[in-house]
Amino acid sequence: MALLEIIELQAQVEEKQILNGINLSIQPGEVHAIMGPNGSGKSTLSNVLAGNESYEQTGGNVLFDGADLSELDAHERARAGLFLAFQYPVEIAGISNMYFLKAAVNAIREHRGEKQLDAMEFLDVIEDKKKLVKIREDLLERAVNSGFSGGEKKRNEIFQMAMLEPKMAILDETDSGLDIDALRIVADGVNALRSPERGFLVITHYQRLLEYIVPDFVHVLVNGRIVKSGGKELALELEEHGYEAFEGAAV
Amino acid sequence: MKIEDEKSFDELTDKEYKYGFVTDIESESLPPGLNEDIVREISRRKEEPEWLTEWRLKAFRAWQKMETPEWAKVEFPPIDYQALSYYSAPKQKIDAPKSLDEIDPELLETYEKLGIPLREQEMLAGVVAVDAVFDSVSVATTFKGKLEEMGIIFCSFSEAVKDHPELVKQYLGTVIPTKDNYFAALNSAVFSDGSFCFVPKGVRCPMELSTYFRINAANTGQFERTLVIAEEGAYVSYLEGCTAPQRDENQLHAAVVELVALEDAQIKYSTVQNWYPGDKNGKGGIYNFVTKRGHCRGDRSKISWTQVETGSAITWKYPSCVLKGDDSVGEFYSVAVTNNMQQADTGTKMIHVGKNTSSTIISKGISAGRAHNSYRGLVRIGPTAENARNFSQCDSMLIGDRCGAHTFPYIDVSNPSAQVEHEATTTKIGEDQIFYCNQRGLDTEEAVSLIVNGFCKEVFRELPMEFAVEAQKLLGISLEGSVG
Ligand SMILES: Nc1ncnc2c1ncn2[C@@H]1O[C@H](COP(=O)(O)OP(=O)(O)OP(=O)(O)O)[C@@H](O)[C@H]1O
Ligand SMILES: [Mg+2]
Repeated sequence: MALLEIIELQAQVEEKQILNGINLSIQPGEVHAIMGPNGSGKSTLSNVLAGNESYEQTGGNVLFDGADLSELDAHERARAGLFLAFQYPVEIAGISNMYFLKAAVNAIREHRGEKQLDAMEFLDVIEDKKKLVKIREDLLERAVNSGFSGGEKKRNEIFQMAMLEPKMAILDETDSGLDIDALRIVADGVNALRSPERGFLVITHYQRLLEYIVPDFVHVLVNGRIVKSGGKELALELEEHGYEAFEGAAV
Repeated sequence: MKIEDEKSFDELTDKEYKYGFVTDIESESLPPGLNEDIVREISRRKEEPEWLTEWRLKAFRAWQKMETPEWAKVEFPPIDYQALSYYSAPKQKIDAPKSLDEIDPELLETYEKLGIPLREQEMLAGVVAVDAVFDSVSVATTFKGKLEEMGIIFCSFSEAVKDHPELVKQYLGTVIPTKDNYFAALNSAVFSDGSFCFVPKGVRCPMELSTYFRINAANTGQFERTLVIAEEGAYVSYLEGCTAPQRDENQLHAAVVELVALEDAQIKYSTVQNWYPGDKNGKGGIYNFVTKRGHCRGDRSKISWTQVETGSAITWKYPSCVLKGDDSVGEFYSVAVTNNMQQADTGTKMIHVGKNTSSTIISKGISAGRAHNSYRGLVRIGPTAENARNFSQCDSMLIGDRCGAHTFPYIDVSNPSAQVEHEATTTKIGEDQIFYCNQRGLDTEEAVSLIVNGFCKEVFRELPMEFAVEAQKLLGISLEGSVG
C-alpha cells in the first residue's frame, strides 16, 4: 500500500483554483522531489496535504497510510505522522522552542499510546537529535523562530522533524536560504532519517539539494499539474532548460 | 481556518461555565432594599460596636449623594440598588461550627466542586491557610492557632471587629476613605464580611494566606471588606481566588481591599478572579466593581499586586499603590482575559509621594469573541517625589476580529527628576500561528492556550507556584472555543 496516494487532487484558495488534478503515489521508503516555477502550486499542495483550512480541497482524494485525509483535522494529520517543514516558518513569541517541542512530542506520543516524556527524558532525546542537525543550544531556549535568521528557521524545522519522527515528511523549500554548510547538514539530517518505512516529498528549486538528498523520483509541477515525472536526471535537465517547455503545455 | 467564521465560532463558544451550580442552603437574608434602617440592621445582626454603625451610616449618606461613575469603557443597564438584598448568611452561623466536621456537607461539596477540598487543605500541613468566605459569613478558618503563636492575626472581618476592635478602628478606611468613590462608599455602608490580616513588627508570615470567595444566594450583592496590615519589617503574601455559580440575574460585587505597609514591610497580594462571566450573549454574569489600594507608609516598604482576571461580565478594578515612604516600591502585574461579551476596564494607579520611589506596571490584556478589554493606568509623580521612577508595559493580544483592546495611560509628572517609561504593544494570534501549532500535533485549544500562556509569562512568574498552575488552567478554560 502506498504511504501517500494523491488522486486527481484539486484545491483552491480565496476562490481561486490552484491545483488542477494532481496524481502522485509515494511508497514507504521513497523520496520524491517536486520542482516547478514560482506560483505553480507547490506550497499550496503542501498546505492542502497538511490540512491548512485556508485552502479548500475541491476535488479528488488523498489517502495517507490508507486513511482519507479529508476526514482529519490538521493536528490529527500531524499526530498520524504527517510532517510539513514550512517554507516560511512562523514566529511565536513567549514560548521557548524547547517547551513548544515538548508539548508537540507529548501530543504525538499520547496519540501513539506512548507514555509522556518527563523533563529529563525529553532532554535526553533532545541531546541525541541536536547532534543530527547541529542546532545551536541558544536556539532551543529562544522563543519559537523569534528573531531566527532565515537559515536558522529552516534548520529548526529539520530539528523538529527529527524530534517528531514522522512517517511522511514534506519539505517545502527547506534548502532556500541555507548556506553551503547548512545545506549539507540539513541534507545529512534528512538522510539519517531515511528509512524503509518513511516517505519524503522534497520541494526545491535547486538540483544541488538533490545531489545530497538523492530522490527516487522527480516531478515537475506547472500550473497546478504534474506535467512530467522522471528519475533524478530530470532535475539536471530542468536546471539546464528551465520550465519554458512546459509552460504552454499545462494550461 | 477562519477565525471570524460565525458558525464554528458559536459552536465552540457554547461550552458552559464549568463551575455553574447552585448550593441549596437556606439563607437568612434581609428583604431587598437599601436605607438607613437596613444599614443599622446589618450592623446590629453583626453585633458591631456603635462607632462602626455610625461609620457605616456616614458612608451610606455620602453614597446617596454620589453618582455611578461613567468614565470607564464599560456598558451595563442601570442597577436597581433597591432590588438587591444586602445581607445573607448560611443558617449555621447561629451555632458556629467548631471544626469542619460540623459544617453542612453540602457546603463542603460546593467547595469540592470548586476544587478546594478543605479537608485536604487542612492536611496539606502549613502550606495555605484558608479563611473561606461563603456568601457573606466566614464558615471555616484553618491554621489560625499556628499563626496566632507568631502574633499574626488572620480571621474574618467580623471576628476582627469583635476581637481586635482597636486595630480595625485604627486602620479601617485610612487607605480608602468612605467617600473615595461610589462603590467604595456603598461597600463601606453595607459590607457583610471579609478578611482581616495583621502581621506584627518583624514577623515574616510563613505561609501564603488565602481566601476563597464565592457568591451564592441569588440577588445578594457581595460586599467584601479586606484589610491587611504589615507592621515594621513584616512580610505577608496573601492570595485571593474566587469562582461563582451560574445565575441568570446580574450580581453586583463591590469589594474593598485596603493594604497598609509600614517601614520595611512587604505585602504581596495575588488574585485569581473567576466570577461567572455570563453566557455567550452576555446574559447573567457578575459585575465586579472593586476598589483596591495599598499604602506604602513606611520608608523602604513594598506592595505588589498580581492579578489574573478571567471572570465577570464587567470588571472595573484598579489596584493602586500610594508610595509615601522614601524608597518605597509599588508593583502591578496583571493578566485580564475577556471573551464573548465580557468587558474589562482595569489597570492601576501609582502615586509617587516619597523620594526615590519606584513602580513597575506589567499589564497583559487578552480579548476574544466580542469582548472589550481596556487598560487604564495613572502614574503620578508628585512634587516631593525626588528621583522617582516608573516603568510601564501594556501588551494587548487579540483573538479574532470582533474584539477590542484599548489602552489609556495617564502620566502626570510634577517633579523634573522623574524617569517615566511607557511601552505598549498589540498583537494578534494569527491563523498561521495556530496552523503551525496544529501541524506539530497540538489541537487549536492547546495552541491558543500555549500562545496565551507565553504572552502572560511575565505575570505568572509573579504568582505563587500553586496559583500559577491554577491560573494557567483557568486561562485555558476561559478561552475555550475562542478560535473557530
Ligand atoms: N492565501 C492566498 N491568497 C491568494 N492567493 C494565494 C494564496 N496562497 C497562494 N496563492 C496563490 O496561489 C498560487 C500558488 O502559490 P504557491 O505558494 O502554492 O506557489 P509555489 O509553487 O509554492 O511558489 P514558490 O516557488 O514561489 O514558493 C500563487 O499564484 C499564489 O499567489
Ligand atoms: Mg512555495
